[in-house]
Amino acid sequence: MTPLVEMKEISISFGGVQAVDRVSIDLYPGEVVGLLGHNGAGKSTLIKILSGAYKADSGEIRINGKPVKIESPRDARDNSIETIYQTLALADNLDATANLFLGREIVTATGMLNDAKMESETRKIMARLNPNFRKLQEPVSALSGGQRQSVAIARAVYFNARILIMDEPTAALGVHETQMVAELIQELKAQGLGIFLISHDTREMMELCDRVSVMKNGQLIDTCRVEDVTEDDILSMIIMGKKPEKAA
Amino acid sequence: MTDTSTAQTAPKRSLARTLELDTRLLGMIGAFAVVCIVFNILTGGQFLTPRNIFNLTIQTVSVAIMATGMVFIIVTRHIDLSVGSVLATCSAVMAMTQTVVLPETLGFGLGNPLTPWVTILVGLIVGAIIGGFHGWLVGYMGIPAFIVTLGGLLVWRNAGWYITNGQTIGPLDPTFQTFGGIGGTLGATGSWIFAALATAAAVGTLFSARRNKVAHGQTPKPFWAEASLAGLIAAGIFGFVALLNAYEVPSRVLEREFSARGETMPEGFTASYGLPISVLLLIAVAVIMTIVARRTRLGRYIFATGGNPDAAELSGINTRMLTVKVFAIMGVLCALSAVVASARLSFHSNDIGTLDELRVIAAAVIGGTALSGGLGTIHGAILGALIMQSLQSGMAMVGVDAPFQNIVVGAVLVIAVLIDIIYRKRTGGKG
Repeated sequence: MTPLVEMKEISISFGGVQAVDRVSIDLYPGEVVGLLGHNGAGKSTLIKILSGAYKADSGEIRINGKPVKIESPRDARDNSIETIYQTLALADNLDATANLFLGREIVTATGMLNDAKMESETRKIMARLNPNFRKLQEPVSALSGGQRQSVAIARAVYFNARILIMDEPTAALGVHETQMVAELIQELKAQGLGIFLISHDTREMMELCDRVSVMKNGQLIDTCRVEDVTEDDILSMIIMGKKPEKAA
Repeated sequence: MTDTSTAQTAPKRSLARTLELDTRLLGMIGAFAVVCIVFNILTGGQFLTPRNIFNLTIQTVSVAIMATGMVFIIVTRHIDLSVGSVLATCSAVMAMTQTVVLPETLGFGLGNPLTPWVTILVGLIVGAIIGGFHGWLVGYMGIPAFIVTLGGLLVWRNAGWYITNGQTIGPLDPTFQTFGGIGGTLGATGSWIFAALATAAAVGTLFSARRNKVAHGQTPKPFWAEASLAGLIAAGIFGFVALLNAYEVPSRVLEREFSARGETMPEGFTASYGLPISVLLLIAVAVIMTIVARRTRLGRYIFATGGNPDAAELSGINTRMLTVKVFAIMGVLCALSAVVASARLSFHSNDIGTLDELRVIAAAVIGGTALSGGLGTIHGAILGALIMQSLQSGMAMVGVDAPFQNIVVGAVLVIAVLIDIIYRKRTGGKG
């Protein structure tokens, strides 16, 4: 089977600091791959290269086996890659509808924004993701953390993404909302999406992911199937950069 | 996840909410009304005469036009300190175009009917280029807008001076002068027709928005609310036109016009000025800018960028190009204001538009544009310009000493922003 995403030998440096150093990872349809590592290990940077926020110095990205150029967030979207950023990347002064369609507004025949249509579409997707969500006309600054997260997720899911990047999707959420995100991940996975997940919570990653890739100081330590390793193995990879001794 | 009952039983909403009125806007209208009434009392009824209201509106136009553009600039977290100087350069270019370049250099001759239109087109292009250049320096070169336009303040003020050799250029083309105010008005009948058309357009827009909402399964506001809003708009438009129409052309001016045509004025003949063309221009600018702000992608991106520049960038919005566009719009509006300002004077003078940057920024800020970005309305900025101008001319009428006039205007600006900050805290950060 062809991987959905292959990132090969990706490197990027900022002012002499090698943030990502020849890292290769891949992702298959219907799979969740977790990226683990300390702050500054390079996982967010790596993922921002895939989402078009940064441009790699060297390396290759293939989508469905075909090499692609991703030089802007727009390129990423054109390749059906959607990202839920840790910061959520919402314009706080705008309402949920405006945020959901930001950069991809529905317009009428005369080129004007079709707000009524966009609002009813937002209503539909929110009914599926977060049935309690009703503040469609309030600026998102007036929403709770969970509601804001729903908006960010809705934005990624609505446009039929095939590849989803989730950077710390549950960091700001309560127990109940975290559970909702976990259920959503299972649902999207069943639909055949490939998901890159970034989190600090090792236990959560063991539950949600099929494979985990561990990074340290910009380098990839190893990628393992979660059933092959223990939480302790992963922790020692994160902390000491030591590969687990695989039972041959 | 089944407690669907709580939010659906809507709490009893206040009147303002049912009408979907902007309470902040109401506050500003209230402040404006207070200013008008106080000055009317202090001047013994001289402030709220048709004549003074007419003058007030034509004095406001130039600053108000630029203030609408300043809203976009400030919403995207920039500033433009150069608008008064850009106005001067555009005015200088247009003055030279219509008095020297077209009639003499290009041989159009004096009084060619094309002259005013070519002149305005040239002015608008120059404004767009200057503004776009500022935007390029800000967006692509990464120079803070404060610095670019502070430089622009000096550069364009003196570029205008250089173009005209420091001379006052005039008189300007007669058709061009009709954009100035009193020299170009619709008259009573024309103004009534305009009022009817404007009311029809406003009410039509209101109800088509309502239909669109219903078509997408949303609950619109109650019909009585919509109808009374429409009534309010109609009353406002007709009231305004009635006021302007009540300002009659002085009989000696009429006599002069009749004798210029070789006729004698009939006994008891009267005529009204009606709506000035410059005010029509402002209304057109306001409508277009409001549509851009609310109904187009460009406007959506302007506000998104102001609210969160990173989010806008990550959503695939080209924020650099957006900056160029926003400054280019500002430049075009400066040129339009230059048409109005120089036409009102009937000549171009070196100091035209001096300190306008401060009036324009103040108008936008008093009108509720937040310097932190992301918030602001076009109608608010225009109302802000009107409040500023009312204060200024009201104090002049009362006979307040010149230094005190500026002290009051400065203090009002600071107090207005303070009130705004308090208001926003109370309402939870919403505009």
